Amino acid sequence: MSEFIQDTSASEMAKLQAEKLSSDKPVSLWGTARRRLFKRKSAVLGMVILALLLLIAIFAPLIAPYDPQQVLIGIEAVKARQAPCIHLLGCPADQPQHIMGIDGNVRDEFSRVIYGARLSLIIGFTTVTFAIIIGTAIGALAGYLGGGVDNVLMRFMDVLLAFPSLLLAIALVTSLGPGLTNALLAIAIVSIPAYARVTRSAVLSTREMDFVAASRALGGNTLYILFKRILPNSLTPLIVIGTLGIATAILDAAALSFLGLGAQPPTPEWGSMLSAERNQVFTAPYLVFYPGLFIILVVLSFNLMGDGLRDALDPRLAMKSK
Amino acid sequence: MLTYITRRILSSIPVLFGILIVTFVLARALGDPCRAMLGEKATPAVCLEFNHKYGFDKPILTQFVEYVGQIARGDFGVSIRYGRPVTEMMVERLPTTLELAFAAMFFAVILGIPLGIISAVRQNSAVDISTMLVANIGISMPVFWLGLMLAYIFALLLKGTPFQLPPSGRLSPGMSPDPFYVVWGLNVASKGATSALEFISRLNMVNAILIWRWDVFFDALKHIILPAIAVGTIPLALIARMTRSSMLDVLGTDYIRTARAKGASRYAQVMKHSFRNALLPLVTIIGLSLGSLLGGAVLTETIFNLSGVGKILYDAITARDYIIVQSFTVVIAIFFVVLNLIVDISYVYLDPRVRLD
Repeated sequence: MSEFIQDTSASEMAKLQAEKLSSDKPVSLWGTARRRLFKRKSAVLGMVILALLLLIAIFAPLIAPYDPQQVLIGIEAVKARQAPCIHLLGCPADQPQHIMGIDGNVRDEFSRVIYGARLSLIIGFTTVTFAIIIGTAIGALAGYLGGGVDNVLMRFMDVLLAFPSLLLAIALVTSLGPGLTNALLAIAIVSIPAYARVTRSAVLSTREMDFVAASRALGGNTLYILFKRILPNSLTPLIVIGTLGIATAILDAAALSFLGLGAQPPTPEWGSMLSAERNQVFTAPYLVFYPGLFIILVVLSFNLMGDGLRDALDPRLAMKSK
Repeated sequence: MLTYITRRILSSIPVLFGILIVTFVLARALGDPCRAMLGEKATPAVCLEFNHKYGFDKPILTQFVEYVGQIARGDFGVSIRYGRPVTEMMVERLPTTLELAFAAMFFAVILGIPLGIISAVRQNSAVDISTMLVANIGISMPVFWLGLMLAYIFALLLKGTPFQLPPSGRLSPGMSPDPFYVVWGLNVASKGATSALEFISRLNMVNAILIWRWDVFFDALKHIILPAIAVGTIPLALIARMTRSSMLDVLGTDYIRTARAKGASRYAQVMKHSFRNALLPLVTIIGLSLGSLLGGAVLTETIFNLSGVGKILYDAITARDYIIVQSFTVVIAIFFVVLNLIVDISYVYLDPRVRLD
């Protein structure tokens, strides 16, 4: 009996002691990162811009007053490249409102710019997703297998990195033939090496860790170890360069479209819209200004977020702030 | 030190070889050269003749060996559209691009480094925050849009003010200065020397100084300002950001605290003790920016109507002059590799730690 009493008091003691311990919420990498990310004003600005652009892209049919490809000849009394008419800014109410003016083919520029947000975001996400999948696979194989495979794959990546990326993309598209799909493929291909390198170095550094050895000792097979144990640990650098990569991909796609190698008319793509009116910059600057402004906004939002994520996910900086 | 340099030079040989393979695959194996050059409507008979004429019907390995041989001899083939050797066209147009690249880099360095230093020294001040925001916008801007907007602002909005700048061309119409070797009355017999002189004379600003025509010099300078700003903005933003972060790293080190403790002036702390040590990453960024600058040149030369290599590339793209596009890719990639090599070797001089390795 006395033994029992002693036992309870021991467990009570333990309970009391446990209560004295700090009861902070567990610290997780993602939790800390999120807090640090929201603390950075520039990253928040980036997220706000991106959120707005996403909303614009999703609700494009509701926001845009016209169909982006609708030619307004015979529908409204407007001329090609007519200046913007905004009722709030004193444009007579009897004239139809066109916030960003009319383009060279008598279409509403504003509607085209709005729909362009869809295309731009799709371009950014698809190219980077494609590049990350292929790049990660190459980097993981090279890092995990090592030896000859590593050498061959990484030397090939070095060669791709030796080209200035826009020029390689131009050369690729001229070989494949112009068009949006080929342009996206080219941009994805030229950005693969960056992801392969990052993944490889992350794999190399985690491959020798104890938890990987433990997993191997428990009988995990190569693929399991690679996907469940090693790759999740190389995720953070991939997220950062992926976010910044979307910015580059959108800029490069716009440049290819500007050169006539990407999206073809009448697709409402900002780069090609700008290209179509570039000789009219002195007479109708608004047709050049607005598509470019939106390119800047979308690219800026990803750049700001990427920078913020890099700082937020850097464990060294996280330690310092604690 | 010498072993480091030799090793670095040798290690770039496989990369150069790889570049040749990639461009060869792009040119010959990927897609059909005939269709790419003559268009989708080319009939099989026409293609057969075309392939035979350009040697595309030979075994692929033979073609590759011939290709490498040609490039080693500096022969990049004949342009389909202009019917002239590509090498000749490149040498003719290169000076314009070089002038543009130097002007852009000058603009980027002369503004970027001081801005970066000020931002680092006054971290989180209004100057710092606005510089970094502008730098962020700078790297997010399409070069071609910036070029067009600059042309609109400086050629149209500021027309009639002292800030008016010409939006296109390399020199004003009617301004065609004689090459300096003609003015000097030089008579050279060898062909190589003549082309070297011609090359120098095509650097408009250098030629203007050599013939002592300051009106021509300032005219050329005026024409290069807008394109240089357009191409230089991205490197400017990168340099400012890099200078800032690299300076911040150095300013936090113990030896700067020591410098402060022993009573070094603020200027000496920043410029003598910190900046020299912060220079290393800057060299890399400046070297790499030259590559992106070449990409920017394609877009900018088109907008400002400068007849440099970027402009030929643009014309070649629109005319589907495939041979020009491929040769430019090779030349620029090789140039890029050499540039990286120079950056790496310059480390040996800039950083004693590299020497010791």
